[in-house]
Amino acid sequence: MSHLDGSIRGGQKPRATLGTIIYSKTFRTIATQVVMAVFVVMAGLFLYNNVVENLRAQSIATGFGFLEQDAQFDIGETPIPFNATDTYARAFLVGLLNTLRVSAAGILLATILGFSVGFARVSSNWLLSKVATGYVEIVRNIPVILQVIFWAVVLRNLPAARDAIDFGGFAFLNNRGLSFAVPATDPVHGPMIFACFAGIVLAILGGYLARRHRENTGRYISMLWPSIGLIFGLPAIVWLLGGAPTALSVPALKGFNFRGGVTISPEFTALLIGIALYASGFIAEIVRAGLQATPRGQIEAARSIGLRPRFVMRFVVLPQALRVIVPPLTSQYVSLIKNSSIAVVVGYPDLVNIGNTAMNQTGQAVEAIAVMMLVYLTVSLVTSTFMNVYNRLVAIKER
Amino acid sequence: MTSSADAPKVDTVIHTADEFDPNATLPFGQWMKKNLFNSIPQGILTVFVAACLARFAWFVLNWGVLDAVFYTDDPDVCRAAAGACWAVIVEKHRPMLFGLYPYDEQWRLVIMMAIYLVTVVVSLMPRFWNLKFLVPLWIFSVVSIFTLLFGGVFGMPFVPSTDWGGLPLTMILFSGTVLIGMPVAVLLALGRRSPLPVAKGVSVVFIEALRGVPLITILFVAVNVFPLFLPAGVEVNKLLRITVGIAVFFACYQAEVIRGGLQAIPTGQYEAADSLNLTYWQTTRRIILPQALRISLPAITNHIIAAMKNTSFVIIIGLFDILTATTAVMQDPLWRRYYVEAYLFVAAIYLFFGYALSLYARQVEKWINQGRI
Repeated sequence: MSHLDGSIRGGQKPRATLGTIIYSKTFRTIATQVVMAVFVVMAGLFLYNNVVENLRAQSIATGFGFLEQDAQFDIGETPIPFNATDTYARAFLVGLLNTLRVSAAGILLATILGFSVGFARVSSNWLLSKVATGYVEIVRNIPVILQVIFWAVVLRNLPAARDAIDFGGFAFLNNRGLSFAVPATDPVHGPMIFACFAGIVLAILGGYLARRHRENTGRYISMLWPSIGLIFGLPAIVWLLGGAPTALSVPALKGFNFRGGVTISPEFTALLIGIALYASGFIAEIVRAGLQATPRGQIEAARSIGLRPRFVMRFVVLPQALRVIVPPLTSQYVSLIKNSSIAVVVGYPDLVNIGNTAMNQTGQAVEAIAVMMLVYLTVSLVTSTFMNVYNRLVAIKER
Repeated sequence: MTSSADAPKVDTVIHTADEFDPNATLPFGQWMKKNLFNSIPQGILTVFVAACLARFAWFVLNWGVLDAVFYTDDPDVCRAAAGACWAVIVEKHRPMLFGLYPYDEQWRLVIMMAIYLVTVVVSLMPRFWNLKFLVPLWIFSVVSIFTLLFGGVFGMPFVPSTDWGGLPLTMILFSGTVLIGMPVAVLLALGRRSPLPVAKGVSVVFIEALRGVPLITILFVAVNVFPLFLPAGVEVNKLLRITVGIAVFFACYQAEVIRGGLQAIPTGQYEAADSLNLTYWQTTRRIILPQALRISLPAITNHIIAAMKNTSFVIIIGLFDILTATTAVMQDPLWRRYYVEAYLFVAAIYLFFGYALSLYARQVEKWINQGRI
């Protein structure tokens, strides 16, 4: 910063007097900073003292000891076993798992939707791109919390279980959520999941080898169908070897509720739809910007050497688009995770909702909010680190 | 573009064949062929999308207009109708728009919103950009707005800020956020770019910490924790605490945008200012900031629109903004079947203001880029 250092110009160095010291930029820089630092420390001490005084006056305990106490409340949705005699710490853990669950589903849904709409926006089909534009403008410009509340009310006003909307007897939508049939648990499922993972690993390996081969020999081997074969074929083979179990667990009406199958709660569904649709609008714009970032000349050049449109997209447009897409996509993912905190308005037991309950029961607002903030800071940091690593993989490698 | 009326007409341009001019308008038939039916799959896609769109438009027309009930004070009339019940908005617009504010005093809010809108619209027009005019206008507006809201003088009953609600509350939260947030954002951005390690450190920690947490936790801090930070006996109005909370959150995002603008300023600009022997604040105020703000204006607008949408988060801490008020109104068992209409109305208000803001921002961009190539 050349504008801040060295007010002393020319070769001559003037004699240091009290005046020149006080008016010198070095002195002023240091003095400003000392004043700032003292101010920050004093303000911190002042606030800390006030908190301690106030808490003592209200006889509220301080510290994180409450995490060991019994929570004394029940949670509607628990990915891990939980009851009212478990500790607050475990309640927070349940909340965190619920936050991660809805965020992961939201990121998946928003990415699929966002990329589809983004591609539709740059489509050469005028009508499709206008419809996509309309979608983006609507979902982006309505507050996310309004969207979540809207979907929650829609789901709450669905018919009762008795009159559930029937999707061919395999899925039922009612005001208790969406129940759908799943394959009945079978010992072969574990190995099938393992086979699927193995398929993904092999497909990545195959793609890498095919690329090496292309770079060495110039011959292109399409790995699209082999990859699909590996990822879906291996589990299918395991399924056949395991005796091809076809038993389904179908939801059936028992009393006032559906039993069997899997039921997704209305709270989860409303929150998921709300935050995913909202984020998908932003992702669509990011994808559009990325796809349009490739100079037209490159696409024309690729076409003129006879590359098929599919390969123009695959080898010319997408690799460059990803570089533009990934950094803002990361911040959209982080903001989706943070938006999942509006779970509290629809009663989905996420971290903030449970933290809020704990705060109201114990009065330990500072600690409860600190836990929420620290967890979100960590999740944000981990997500951006993860995406930065990916970004480095796709970034342009220059000398 | 030579759009101004008094620009000399250029007749000497030779119009080449349309196919060489990318901006030439094609005849309708050719345009259809190029943009809708340039291949068989494209044609099928077009027909499919058009069919879905027509089906949707037909449904909206039937539900929203043909079968809809526009005015009735009897919910049974709506119940009998097949379409929308817009009557719910006619019937409930006052609690939706004005929240908990005493019914007989709501005329004050109408005047307040009128003053607010006039002030904002006038301040946004370049012909009024004159401090000698704007400063008195704003002093007058702010004083009269808060006089109307609080009352307690001129025979108007006093209404505490806890009873404020609806659209006026949304407006107060939004303007408060921008008016408090923008200066803080500029200071944070300058702090982050500062060569002073303490200023830089404080700004970085502040910005990153607040950007890493959800707005809800900041609202919790404003409501539940902030009072603990104050010495015993000192109280700050809850609405003010919440506004400051949202403003600070907004400022952290805005600061990053402004930092982007600051980073785009060539070093030569600093050196030029230095050679004129300007001080840091003179350089910043007269040379650097105007350029940085102009560069980052589109992103600044996005965050201002986001700030307007973010005011709806106050539903979580029980402030009666327009969304909270509507949600409360929709508990009425007689009318709650018509929640779609009510929420569409609220969504339309947000869409309208958001659209107006972005249109205006585009206009500002045009003004400040005048004379630039």
